[in-house]
Amino acid sequence: MRERVLIGTGLALFLALFTYPVWWAAASGTRAAAPQLQLPQHASACVAPASFMRASHMQLLSSWRNDAVRRGVHKFRSPDGRVYDVSLSGTCLGQCHSKAEFCDRCHAYSGVSTPSCWQCHNDPQLAARSIQ
Amino acid sequence: MIEKALTGSKRYWYWVSLLLVCVATGAVMYMRQLSYGLGVTGMSREVSWGLYIGQFTFFVGVAASAVMVVIPYYLHNAKQFARVAIIGELLAVSSIIMCMLFILVDLGQPERVLNVLLFPAPHSVMFWDMVSLSGYLLLNAVIAYNTLNAEQRGLPSPSWLKPVVYLSIPWAISIHTVTAFLYSGLAARPLWMTAVMAPRFLASAFAAGPALLILLIVILQKSAGYDPGEEVIGKLATIVTYAASVSTFLVLVEIFTGLYSGMPHDREALTYQYGTLHGLWGMTAWMWFSSLLMIGALFVLYIPSLRKSRVALITACGAVFVSLWMEKGLALIVGGFQPSPVGVLTAYRPTCTEWAIALGIWSLGALMLTMFLKVTVTIRAAVQ
Amino acid sequence: MKLTRKEFLLTAAATLAGIAGTKTLSTVKAAADDSTGASTPRWAMAIDFQKCRWDQGCNQCVQSCNEAHNIPDVPQKSHEVKWIWKEQYKSVFPQQSQWIDPALTSHPLMLLCNHCGTPPCTRVCPTGATWKRDDGIVMMDWHRCIGCRYCMAACPYDSRSFDFADPRPDIVNINPAFPTRTKGVVEKCNFCEERLGKGQRPACVEGCREHALIFGDLNDPASQIRSVLRSRYAMQRNQELGTGPAVFYLL
Repeated sequence: MRERVLIGTGLALFLALFTYPVWWAAASGTRAAAPQLQLPQHASACVAPASFMRASHMQLLSSWRNDAVRRGVHKFRSPDGRVYDVSLSGTCLGQCHSKAEFCDRCHAYSGVSTPSCWQCHNDPQLAARSIQ
Repeated sequence: MIEKALTGSKRYWYWVSLLLVCVATGAVMYMRQLSYGLGVTGMSREVSWGLYIGQFTFFVGVAASAVMVVIPYYLHNAKQFARVAIIGELLAVSSIIMCMLFILVDLGQPERVLNVLLFPAPHSVMFWDMVSLSGYLLLNAVIAYNTLNAEQRGLPSPSWLKPVVYLSIPWAISIHTVTAFLYSGLAARPLWMTAVMAPRFLASAFAAGPALLILLIVILQKSAGYDPGEEVIGKLATIVTYAASVSTFLVLVEIFTGLYSGMPHDREALTYQYGTLHGLWGMTAWMWFSSLLMIGALFVLYIPSLRKSRVALITACGAVFVSLWMEKGLALIVGGFQPSPVGVLTAYRPTCTEWAIALGIWSLGALMLTMFLKVTVTIRAAVQ
Repeated sequence: MKLTRKEFLLTAAATLAGIAGTKTLSTVKAAADDSTGASTPRWAMAIDFQKCRWDQGCNQCVQSCNEAHNIPDVPQKSHEVKWIWKEQYKSVFPQQSQWIDPALTSHPLMLLCNHCGTPPCTRVCPTGATWKRDDGIVMMDWHRCIGCRYCMAACPYDSRSFDFADPRPDIVNINPAFPTRTKGVVEKCNFCEERLGKGQRPACVEGCREHALIFGDLNDPASQIRSVLRSRYAMQRNQELGTGPAVFYLL
C-alpha cells in the first residue's frame, strides 16, 4: 500500500515535470514568437485560401505533381476561378515566395525536416545568384 | 523457441560474433552507399546490374532447392529425409531474406521501395517476383515454425500443415521460374533471352542448393552432433550429380545455339564470356575457372567409389557450389550487358564497398541460419 | 472563406477536367506542324544524315538539350548521363550496308530515346514510374522511380542513364525552369514534353541550325515528318525487336 502511494507520487511528479513547458507557458500566457515569414509583395491571394495552404500545401503540391507529370495537365484553376501554371519553381517560387524566407523558415520553425522536393526542384533566387 | 539460440558453447558464440562483425561492416559500408549513391559500386551506365542482382539470382536458387528435400520426404515418404527437410526449409527462409536484402541494396532510392506495393504493376515481372518471393518466405516460415513447435511439444505436426507443404512445392518452382523470366523476357539482351533460362536456373539451383545442404549436414555432424544419417547424404549426392549434369548440359546447349547459329549479338555475348572479343579477355578467366570446377566436380560425382569418399564428396560439393556461384551469381548478369546495344564492352569489377555490403548480407543470412539450426538441433536433442 | 481539404480537392478536380480538355486541344493546335486533325498526336523525329554537320564538329543539338534539361557533365565516363549523344554509324546500324556513301556514314549519328510504340522499358517498370503517354512520349516520373534499373536492362537502345550520385554538383549552369534529378533515379530524353505543352518544339530541334531534325505528328498525314518519310528512305534502330521506334534516320 505504501509503495502504491510512493509510485503514484513519483509518477505524478514525473508527469508534472515532463509537461512543465506546456502548462507553464499556458499559465503565464507567454507564447513562442511566430516565425518571421516574408509574405509575397505583389500577390494578394494564394492559389487556395491561406488556412488550407497552411494545413494541406503538401497534398496540393502532390496533386500538382501528378497533374503535371502523369496527366500532362499544366494549368490549375483555383477555387475562386483564377488560373495558374502548375509549377513549384515557376509559380510558387517564381511569382510569390522566397524559398529561404518562407518555406524554409516555417519548416525550421515547426521542426519539419526539409522535404525532398528541393533535391530536384530549383530555387530561382539561388539560380539567379549563381549566374551573376 | 528463439531463446534456444541464445545459449551455446564458446565456439558457437565466436562464430556468432564473427558474423555480427561482418554484418556491422556491411551495414557501415551500406551507409556510405546510401549517402553517396550507387556510384560507390563498380556498376556503370552500360553494366547497370552487377554483384547484388547476381547474388539475388543465385540465392533465389538456393531457396528454391528446398524442394529437393521436401519432395522426397513429403511426397515419396522417404524417411531418410526426415532430419534434413527442416534444414532445407530453414535454408530457404534465410536465403529469401538475403534475396530481399540484395534487391534492397541494389535500389537507387531504397526509401521508395514501397512504391512497388503502392503502385502495383502486374505487367512487370518484378512485381510477380516480389509476390512469389514473399509468398515463399511466408510458406516456409509457417512450415518450419509449426513443425518445430509441434516437435517441441511432442505432438505430430498439425494436419493443416500438409497442404501448405504441398503448396510450397510448386511455389518453389515458381520463384525460380519467375526470376528467370526477369531476364529471359528482355529482347534487348540476347544472352538472357532464351527459353532455356528457367529450366537452366532450376537445374543449377537443384545442384547448388543440395550441395550446400550436404556441406551443412557435415558441419552439423561435426559441430552439433546432429546426424541425419549417411543414407541421406548419398541421396543428396545423387541429386547433385543429376542436377549438375542437366545444368551443364543446358549450358552446352546454349553455347552451341549461340555460336553455331552465328547470330551476331548472341555470338558476341558468348565469346565475351568464354573467349576473346575484339581482343579483350572479358570474363574468360572467371568463366573457365567456374567451368573447370564443374568438370572436376562431375568427374568425382560420376565415379561411385570417389563419390562415397567423404573428403572427395565435400570437395565436389564445394566445387559445384562455387562454380555455380561464379556463373549465376555474377557472370551471367554482367555478361548480359556485353556488348551493350551499341556494341560497347564495359569491364565490371565489384568495388570493396560492394563486396563488403555483400559480405554483410551473406553474414546476416548465415547468422539467421545458424540461429535457426541451433534451435532445431536443441529441440530435437531434447525430444530424443 | 472556409474550405475543407475534401471540398477543395473536389472543386479542383472538377475544374481540372475542363482545363485538361481545352489544354490538350490547344497543345495539338500549337505544336503540330499543321493542325488538320484533332486526334491525339503521335510525336516522332527524323534525323537527316545529309544535313547533320557533326563531321564539322557541330554539337548544337546536344548542347541545347543539356542546357534545357540540366544534364550533368559527369567526369567519370561510366556514370555519364546522356539524353542525346553521338555514336558511329557502324555501331548504331551494325547490320546495315557498309557500302553506303562514306560521306553519310563516316560521321557520328545523333542518338536519343526512340519513344517506342511498344516500349520494353515501360513494360518492365515495377512501379509505373515510366510509361507511354497517349501521344507516344515515353515519360519518366522521377518522384516514383525506385532506381531498380530494370528499364535500363530492357532498353535495346542504351537510351537510359542512371544517377550514380547527386548530379547537381556536375551541372554547369542550372536552368531553374527545369528540375534537376536526384541520386538513384533513371533518366532519359522526354521529347521535351515540357516544351510541347507550351506549344514549342523540342530544344534539340530548335538548336539545330541546319534543320537536320524534323519533329512532328505521325498521325497527321499533312505533317512535314510524314511527307519526308514518304519521300526518303528512313532507317529505324533494331526494328526487328518489335519496339516500333519513333526516331527515324533519313539516308
